Amino acid sequence: MAAASTENAIRSSSFSRVLIYLVLLLFALFYLLPFGIMLVNSLKPLSEITGGNMIALPREWTIEPWLSAWSTAQIGVQPTGLRPYFINSIVMAVPAVLLSTIFGALNGYVLTKWHFPGATIIFGLLLFSCFIPFQIVLIPMARILGILDIAGTTGGLVLVHFVYGVGFTTLYFRNYYAAFPTELVRAAQIDGAGFFQIFYRILLPSSGPIIAVSFIWQFTNIWNDFLFGASFASGGSAPMTVALNNLVNSSTGVREYNVHFAGAIMAAAPTLLVYIVAGRYFVRGLMAGSVKG
Amino acid sequence: MGFLDIDNVTKAYGAVEVLHQVDIAVEEGEFLVLVGPSGCGKSTLLNMIAGLEGITSGDIRIKDRVINNVHPSQRNIAMVFQSYALYPNMTVGQNITFGLEMHGTPKPEREKAMAEVAKLLQIEDLLKRKPGQLSGGQRQRVAMGRALVRNPDVFLFDEPLSNLDAKLRVDMRTEIKKLHQKLGTTIVYVTHDQIEAMTLSTRIAVMYNGYVQQLGTPKEIYDNPSNLFVATFMGSPAMNVMRVRLEERNGALHAVTTGAEGQEIALRIENAPAGYAAYKDREVILGIRPEAITDPEGADRNARNIQALSNTVSVTEPAGADTFVTMTLAGKDCISRMRADAEVHPGQPFDFAVNMDKAVLFDPETEERII
Repeated sequence: MAAASTENAIRSSSFSRVLIYLVLLLFALFYLLPFGIMLVNSLKPLSEITGGNMIALPREWTIEPWLSAWSTAQIGVQPTGLRPYFINSIVMAVPAVLLSTIFGALNGYVLTKWHFPGATIIFGLLLFSCFIPFQIVLIPMARILGILDIAGTTGGLVLVHFVYGVGFTTLYFRNYYAAFPTELVRAAQIDGAGFFQIFYRILLPSSGPIIAVSFIWQFTNIWNDFLFGASFASGGSAPMTVALNNLVNSSTGVREYNVHFAGAIMAAAPTLLVYIVAGRYFVRGLMAGSVKG
Repeated sequence: MGFLDIDNVTKAYGAVEVLHQVDIAVEEGEFLVLVGPSGCGKSTLLNMIAGLEGITSGDIRIKDRVINNVHPSQRNIAMVFQSYALYPNMTVGQNITFGLEMHGTPKPEREKAMAEVAKLLQIEDLLKRKPGQLSGGQRQRVAMGRALVRNPDVFLFDEPLSNLDAKLRVDMRTEIKKLHQKLGTTIVYVTHDQIEAMTLSTRIAVMYNGYVQQLGTPKEIYDNPSNLFVATFMGSPAMNVMRVRLEERNGALHAVTTGAEGQEIALRIENAPAGYAAYKDREVILGIRPEAITDPEGADRNARNIQALSNTVSVTEPAGADTFVTMTLAGKDCISRMRADAEVHPGQPFDFAVNMDKAVLFDPETEERII
């Protein structure tokens, strides 16, 4: 599709072509500017920043701030660096993403292919969970985590993010599977495939794009979440976002901006990576079903 | 007791009954076509045989086993869907053997069955391809292969040809018929295309509004329609129907109507069935097929009662093999089918020959056949 759109009979002049690329390039640079400044400052000694030169390239290149942010910087009261919290975030995000995606897919499958009375009401209620602001669930959620005795643990955060995410993933998968031909399911039934066999032999192999959407959406939200992390995890079990805040907002000693920049990039890197790897599937998945191919 | 018994089956969604007391006994090796306009209940009935829809009341039996509550996969049926429903992520070979795999057939046997079917349908070259890489006709073959490989008691076809272009449809029609003759399997086939119904079936069930209007061989359905719906639904161009008066003249019943210029036209009826007498001097509906109205030379030599009819020709439509000639009869268009080289000209009077052996009468209120 994308290739075809450039091959039309109308030839724009080379001048306007250059102009277009120039403008696009300027915008790209503009958007990259904050990241560039972060990167540059994370690679210079603190004295160069406090000396008042934030825009310039480092006179003396150093990876010291990165090492410090990773393993020795003061987070709260412990000089542990961000590493344990980075691991916390991964231990939290990966199961939560997988669980919410799997259950969203199952929900979507049941809601579209196995009609039962009240299916629309249940879908409506699940959808409703997408529109409840985080703040409202804080206190009930704290109560439930307390009852389950997983308050302040990474497991508790996994549960919170799974429950909160399953509404979105159900919405994605339901809409995707609604366009999936029901005749295929019926054919598989006649062929003798059961509930789960139909799901993983027929539906899942065709669900690549929507799985990518679900992964990216869930991973970004869960990794970047601060409120739940700050509310339901304490001390050593805090996720990356909370640790980054503790790093930057520590009130003692000198403010090591170069270390802060390095830490911020570390915190943003995984979501950035996910977008770069799976980004094109994201757009493809969001568009799926809207145009008959 | 048939091979496949549909015994007083009804289907209701809540209070709405969509299928009323359907009663069909299909013999082994029979090719039954369910035909009717959309919404007549034919696909619902097929899905009920397949087990994809529940049965509200009545029984469906295959080989004397009641299958009302048997899972689709345990009914020993196979179904070909309108969209073919090929699994897009599997190759043609995997598509064909998926059902066997699900039933736990060992791999060597699966491979053997697949090879046989592929040979039969001439799709051996396609086995490694994905359905997305196939043309419509090839997909159709694969869908049939998937059904054949199971060696089921009953084949169910749900409008399998309606996604193909006109030429391919005719080819595949012949192909299906050949396959049926070769394998002698029992087939239930749903279509809205009355030509498909006529050409393929050994018996037809014409359905409308959830009722089986008539069940019979193609010839019975075509020549002796039991009501006005069946008469007009089957046949292309459709049967001409017109209101006429039944009058007795010179000791014989005549169907009396008016021509294009308002002239009286009386068509004598011979060997009138007993029921006609009750309708004397009343209005009835006369049905006559286009091919029963011809030029005098083209009339059926074996017909016993050919009536002459003089009327003005309004339109001629040469269609290659035939010429369709339209005249006005009882204020409506009446189409006749003539030899391609019949000398007919629009706007001029012409002597039509009407084969009254083939004429049928219907009650104007009940629309049932008068016999």
